[in-house]
Amino acid sequence: MTLPIETSSSSLRSESACRGGALGPAARGHLPARAGVGLKPQHFQDILDSPGELGFFEVHAENYMGAGGPMHHWLTRIRECHPLSVHGVGLSIGGQEPLDAAHLARLRILLARYEPEAFSEHLAWSTHAGAYLADLLPLAYDGRSLRRVCEHIDEVQMALGRRMLLENPATYVEFADSTMSEADFITEVVRRTGCGLLLDVNNAYVSAVNHGCDAAAFLAALPLEAVGEIHLAGFAVDRDAAGEPLLIDSHGSPVADAVWTLYEEVLQRIGPVATLIERDHDVPDFATLAAEAGRAEALLCRMAASTAEVCA
Amino acid sequence: MTAHAAFAAALLDPDVAVPAGLTAWNGVDPMRRFAVYRNNVTTALTGVLADSFPVTQQLVGEDFFCAMARVFLRAHPPRSPLLHEYGHDFPAFVAQFEPARQVPYLADMARLEWLRLASLHAADAPVLAADDIAPLLADPAALPGLRLALHPAAAVLQSAHAVVSLWGAHHGVGALAEVDPYAAESALVLRPMLEVLVLRLPPGGGIFAAALAAETTLGEAAAAASADPSFDLAENLALLIRHGALGALRSSARN
Repeated sequence: MTLPIETSSSSLRSESACRGGALGPAARGHLPARAGVGLKPQHFQDILDSPGELGFFEVHAENYMGAGGPMHHWLTRIRECHPLSVHGVGLSIGGQEPLDAAHLARLRILLARYEPEAFSEHLAWSTHAGAYLADLLPLAYDGRSLRRVCEHIDEVQMALGRRMLLENPATYVEFADSTMSEADFITEVVRRTGCGLLLDVNNAYVSAVNHGCDAAAFLAALPLEAVGEIHLAGFAVDRDAAGEPLLIDSHGSPVADAVWTLYEEVLQRIGPVATLIERDHDVPDFATLAAEAGRAEALLCRMAASTAEVCA
Repeated sequence: MTAHAAFAAALLDPDVAVPAGLTAWNGVDPMRRFAVYRNNVTTALTGVLADSFPVTQQLVGEDFFCAMARVFLRAHPPRSPLLHEYGHDFPAFVAQFEPARQVPYLADMARLEWLRLASLHAADAPVLAADDIAPLLADPAALPGLRLALHPAAAVLQSAHAVVSLWGAHHGVGALAEVDPYAAESALVLRPMLEVLVLRLPPGGGIFAAALAAETTLGEAAAAASADPSFDLAENLALLIRHGALGALRSSARN
């Protein structure tokens, strides 16, 4: 599916925002198979000035859970004109404790307000004993954590009344307690809960390098038919105690060539899927970020053309 | 202790050993790998505090601020994934942080910056407009019993230091060298449109606005503010209305 491209840069000056009703209720439902970027406050005005340039925007849910103010003002205006993905970072689905009911309730309110085309969270944990640790922490892949993660995803999907996408993590350590591979674990979670997969190709590459595995083989072992969105991002390079490369999922640089190559391989397997360029540190100006998204968009268009769809 | 409890404890405290059961494909000591998580947590949270308290950081320098933030976050990790709420108890911590005593106005600057952050995310609500208050002036006898509340995005800080001038000098308003940090000032923080403003209140204005925030009557607030002989009720009320610092009337309750 392609969306009409809005070309007038002045159309958003008026209160009615989007001309042509490109994103009326009927158009909502799933993210378009186009490229998007993470929404950053410093880009709010640029985005309103250039509607249609990108296929969608993604926000971190927790950044829009304040009572009011400019964050909601801008997101409301941008959402009127663009498909939206809400990406949670604080639900701690991989945690050993029950989900935070208050946080789940906040998510429900946020999703009801903005009606995003997609909601995703991480295969990770971030909260323990009431303390929020502000990182996506790894878990052992065993039967107990599999049951717990599935229970949590069931609870989320029930509470939110929608299917969620689960993102594969970038990890730096493994656990002696793990009894299954990450790909097998994710495959089983998807099978048991019916959730979709947010395939982070950068995370897959980072984890494969960090754990001495082949990234392409890891991707091939994932349930790619469940992919509802793809993330691409840049990593930083460190070294472990043996001098082996230790890649850090930093979101602070452009997408690496190795990740672009893996991305193309994934698209060849599954066809065009909504793809996000994630950038959270050293964020460039909007034009630079949009240009990087344009590279993904070009690949998506080529893929769509090869499957006989017309590209705008 | 569960696996995650051990992991969490070692994340926040570098003196706690790396949790047992971590492995790496090449058999190396997992310490360096675990350190990525430690660094992520510390960098993220000190970054949040630095973003939320920028002038506080400028007053003591980045190195001092980060060291202070690390001590704070180990004792007070966030209790919620809403990081714009993180730092509520940072000003009180700064006030008690011995090495910061040489900057006596540091805690008040942190209080002011916290109020700015709270204002940014406060609920949207109508303000008390001049037209709303005109009918009330028709009944002067009822005015002292009137309860005027501050707008949800408005707050007041009474300081023994020149917090507004210091804050302004770090934002290109006035010269820092000309600020007497020991001159008491009261700040009004508000968000008239999409941006948060910081205003210096006239004499007695801090007492007056703080009394209104505590939901006293107009008469009581004016009487309290009159402890400052320069207090001018009309000037202060006009200022609060002009800047949209008062919330819409809930009722014209009288005593």
